[in-house]
Amino acid sequence: MKSQKLAGGYVKGGGWKGFWHNLGLDIRRNKVLYLFLSLILLYFFIFNYIPMGGLLMAFQKYSPAKGILGSRWVGMRNFVDFFSGPYVGRLIRNTVWIGVLDLVVNFPAPIIFALLLNEIGQKHFKKIIQTVSYMPYFISAVVACGLVISFTQAGGVISNAVAFLHDGQSINLLNDHGSFRMIYVLQNLWQGVGYGSIIYLAALSGVDQELYDAARMDGAGRWKQTLHVTIPGIMPTIIMMFILRMGVVFSVGADKILLLYNPANYEVADVINTYVFRMGVTQQDYGLSTAVGLFNSIIGTIMLLSSNKILKKLTGTGMF
Amino acid sequence: MKYKLKFSRVLFLTVDVVALLGIGFVCLAPIWHVVMASVSDPTVLGSTRGLVFYPLKRVDTTAYHIILQYKKLWVSYGNTILYIIVHCGLTGVFTTIAGYVLSRKRLYFRNGFMMIISFTMLFNGGMIPTYILIRKLGMIDTPFAIVVPGMLNVFNILIMRTSMEGIPVELEESARMDGAGELTIMWKIILPLCKTTFAVIMLFTAVAKWNDYMSALLYLPTRTDLYPLQMVLRQILITSTADYTNAATMANTISIYKKSVEYAAIVVSTLPILCIYPFIQKYFVTGVTIGAVKS
Repeated sequence: MKSQKLAGGYVKGGGWKGFWHNLGLDIRRNKVLYLFLSLILLYFFIFNYIPMGGLLMAFQKYSPAKGILGSRWVGMRNFVDFFSGPYVGRLIRNTVWIGVLDLVVNFPAPIIFALLLNEIGQKHFKKIIQTVSYMPYFISAVVACGLVISFTQAGGVISNAVAFLHDGQSINLLNDHGSFRMIYVLQNLWQGVGYGSIIYLAALSGVDQELYDAARMDGAGRWKQTLHVTIPGIMPTIIMMFILRMGVVFSVGADKILLLYNPANYEVADVINTYVFRMGVTQQDYGLSTAVGLFNSIIGTIMLLSSNKILKKLTGTGMF
Repeated sequence: MKYKLKFSRVLFLTVDVVALLGIGFVCLAPIWHVVMASVSDPTVLGSTRGLVFYPLKRVDTTAYHIILQYKKLWVSYGNTILYIIVHCGLTGVFTTIAGYVLSRKRLYFRNGFMMIISFTMLFNGGMIPTYILIRKLGMIDTPFAIVVPGMLNVFNILIMRTSMEGIPVELEESARMDGAGELTIMWKIILPLCKTTFAVIMLFTAVAKWNDYMSALLYLPTRTDLYPLQMVLRQILITSTADYTNAATMANTISIYKKSVEYAAIVVSTLPILCIYPFIQKYFVTGVTIGAVKS
């Protein structure tokens, strides 16, 4: 192939030699740009790719003194230990239960809230309710969980209310095995319903007003308009949010549960991520905890990839 | 077009307004309860079964005196503010740089680099390998463990890049003609045009750091003097391991006011945020919408 000189010293069609020439020239011309790029890549290498290498610990009896290269390899032993251990059942059960319950309650709630809000014509009332409903989102997880603990302990406001309805004693609801998961989900509802509705309100304001006029012409009442104009109008947003949410349904985060649970309710509250935390950080069994974390990561990645695939098929655009 | 009010519509609107007022009440009532309970008489508070809507018996500010003298809380308050400033600074600078570099169309292997970075969104080492890394880097029990990890995130880079790609090339070219360097173009020409995106990223980063207690729980095992606010609140509210003893207050006063002090701690740590937030609310709305468009 004959190479061809371009303006500025670059060559075209010079094969590998031409390519290296161009790259070298580009790097010399844009030193700052490539310096920046290497900084960014260095960050991702250190903080993201090295820990990926650290996943090898899952197949080791890792000892911090010996490091990854010096520790003893044990094959699938850590996985076997986990899957034959006493906690695997409750961990998977709790993770799936909490994930699914959270999805079932906290996915539709912001949509319903947005629809209820959308029916209000009075601007100030709407604005005030919106502002108030976003407020719990700005309360930190620690404070929110502190409030939950305070309200649901024996003698707390919620415990008293439940006792009144059941005509029973005010008990510590968090340690009540039937209530923990629901309390966790309702806590998320309280913090997330207003904030989660923002996206749907944005979608609602984007629905074509002419469609409403047309529906009215055809004699559709408000209910019919909601059913045939409003909901189809925000359906793309709903589907997208649902699929995104499906991708993380089993990645129940450790942060709130670590605050709410205690040994008395591990049976219903302990999820994979909190177990990884306890095993790894508290008990320093790095091999086992890395193995459990890897198992959770793989499930998470599969969920994310398949939800992304579905999203691509339905809308033509995915996240990656 | 005139719209006739039917009975069913009036009924629906009534139910709707009542439901919304109910939701508003549920969102606000616990916060109000905390404020009022923190200034209530502790013995009356202890025997009250429901929510507190006004100061019980009398306005009692003893809990605030106790919390004001609880040094650890205020030290951690300062730490958190410092962590937020440094972390946001790092995030701002490096996200801008990353967005700028990756939005250059002439960059070699641009898509390859983008994929290397995006892959970390899909799969990562997880809690324990990251913990081991931070330990090997010698960051355990140093403030670096709080501000450095997580300063760059793929999502922020993606929205920054998208916003920078939207800027017409002519602006940049004319600046280059005038002899402007890469840095000048980035800070003076490109960044000012991406102000909203930048503000949104800063805001979400600041809120996330404000709420973050996990990194301190993991990476500050012994240096409690470096604790961020949320860790001290955790000791006060969750683990009940805070010790308020000091020369000025008697031990039994402290035990009587324990609950009120918890509420007072929530008030001093949360109310400032709740008061600022309505003014920056529109950025959150923008942020959520940008995020949705991107994904």
